[in-house]
Amino acid sequence: MNSIIFTAGARILVALVFVFSLFMLLRGHHLPGGGFIGGLLGAVAFIIYSLACGPEETRSALRVSPEIIAVIGLGIALLAGLFSFFMGDPFFTGQWYWVGGDSYETSVFSINTVLVFDIGVYLVVLGGILSLTFAFEEEA
Amino acid sequence: MSWVLVMPIAVPFATAVVAYLARNFPAGRWISVAGSALSLIVSALLMIAVLDQGVIAAQMSNWSAPFGITLVADYLSAVMVVITAITGLATAIYALGEIPESTERLGFHALFQTLIAGVTGAFLTGDLFNLYVWFEVMLIASFSLLVIGGGKDRLDAGIKYVALNLVSTLVFLSGIGLLYGVTGTLNMADLRGAVAAAENQGLITVIAMMFMVGFGVKAAVFPLFFWLPASYHTPYFAISAVFAGLLTKVGVYALMRMFTLVFVGDVGFTHEILIWVSLLTMFTGVIGAAAQMDFRKILSFHIISQIGYMTLGLALYTPLALMGGVFYLVHHIIVKANLFFVAGLAKQYTGDTDLTRIGGLYKSAPLLAALFIIPAFSLAGFPPLSGFWAKYLIVKAAIELNMWFVTFVSLLVGLLTIYSMTKIWGYAFWKPHPEGFDPTPDRAPARVTAAMITPIAALAAMTIIIGFYPEPFVQFAQTAATQLLDPTDYVTTVLGAQP
Repeated sequence: MNSIIFTAGARILVALVFVFSLFMLLRGHHLPGGGFIGGLLGAVAFIIYSLACGPEETRSALRVSPEIIAVIGLGIALLAGLFSFFMGDPFFTGQWYWVGGDSYETSVFSINTVLVFDIGVYLVVLGGILSLTFAFEEEA
Repeated sequence: MSWVLVMPIAVPFATAVVAYLARNFPAGRWISVAGSALSLIVSALLMIAVLDQGVIAAQMSNWSAPFGITLVADYLSAVMVVITAITGLATAIYALGEIPESTERLGFHALFQTLIAGVTGAFLTGDLFNLYVWFEVMLIASFSLLVIGGGKDRLDAGIKYVALNLVSTLVFLSGIGLLYGVTGTLNMADLRGAVAAAENQGLITVIAMMFMVGFGVKAAVFPLFFWLPASYHTPYFAISAVFAGLLTKVGVYALMRMFTLVFVGDVGFTHEILIWVSLLTMFTGVIGAAAQMDFRKILSFHIISQIGYMTLGLALYTPLALMGGVFYLVHHIIVKANLFFVAGLAKQYTGDTDLTRIGGLYKSAPLLAALFIIPAFSLAGFPPLSGFWAKYLIVKAAIELNMWFVTFVSLLVGLLTIYSMTKIWGYAFWKPHPEGFDPTPDRAPARVTAAMITPIAALAAMTIIIGFYPEPFVQFAQTAATQLLDPTDYVTTVLGAQP
């Protein structure tokens, strides 16, 4: 498909959707959002790009093949679960470090394994959806 | 303590990740073998913990039961996890010889490890919805493994396999939904009390039948088995061995778990149906095998017939019968995986699995012939191999209940099993090769042969050990059966002491 309007519009749209996907990822857990939704939105950004510029172009924009992204995401999610081992808690127990307070209400922000898990999910969904879409697009 | 339960699932997952990243290097396959060995070690640790403390449970993420996801291991779960790890290691070694590099590049080892993680998860989970998730993990990994390497046959088999398994999963999922609607819980230990206390017991029986159908498709019982012989003869032998050994057994395990722990309100009705289903499964399976002329198709039909014995052990629902069922489950995984391994090596030597087109293996590969005899006779139930004890326990349980027809069918099916095994023996091993050539082991490189014959020999040795020293295994199965019939320990371990 060679539509100048779509290609020009896609450039703005891709950036917007992708940034929004990261926003959804980061606001997750306490507010609606999270890794799965973020990952879907991220995949949508790249799918728009591949509709506008073709899958080869998108693959080179991604730099890493989507399968690898998904597998690395799986590894990150697993590590987030295994981290609680060092704290003596059961598997997947969230580990929280509040900065500037001791709970969600009082602190400025927090460093936690839940976000690490969500990043893993984000990458799995992004990579999984993209490898499916590319497979369909490249076959057609 | 909870980590003992998590590691048998986490290790294959981690191995899958690393093996995928290293899939383009020769190191990838060794990572798979090392990961499988590590899985076996952590599974053994789980077994030790269970032997030491009885039933153990862990609440994931520290959400207490029945709200979070619980992992539980009693004797049955523990032995299934260990046997899964053993089969996994044997297959990983076998794959070194069989799987070509092009398939490895597609991520074979990662998919295989994911499959093992899914199977292990299904054995360990104490939550019904989580069980569904593990079924899905298994299904996705197994579908990819079935079609990997390409070819029309594989795709054809893969579509049948995935379509029918999706139907089963759907029935299972609807059952879960209804059960949650009736009881408001999906924790298996919690369900035991909730189902017994439910007002509408008729609806509970209907739900129980949905579970029986859902798990029945997975376990390949009559009349839901048709997907199995349509798909198990096409993939790589390493894959069909691990499918034959483990996948149907997950269905049997799920049946055993649900129909001893949860659905015990109307045993006269549900288990009576299961008896007839089991008998028909045993009989049609073995008759189907008699009609086949392909090494792997014969073995596939035999899986079905043997599944009947295991569900029969559950259906008779006495301590002795369940003990036989558990023993059968373990024995059959070892034997069946091994027979598929033998079929793979026979193909390496002779170039085919169609019994009319191969032959002469007895003369040219006497070691393989000897290694075939052990699992084949064990499957048929010859004393003193492991299959004899398994069949003996089931038949004895049937006799004790004065169920003469059941006894008769069990013995008849055993006899017919010998017929198919001698058919394979006669055609593949004794008869000279129809094209006149000598199928020497030289047709396969030494490295390939070594990798493929090692797991065959190891599993055959296990069959012999179980056969000659059945005492500890029988005692173990007895404790497992006792725990199944009286799951008080299971329930209290998961939920904590009840007021």
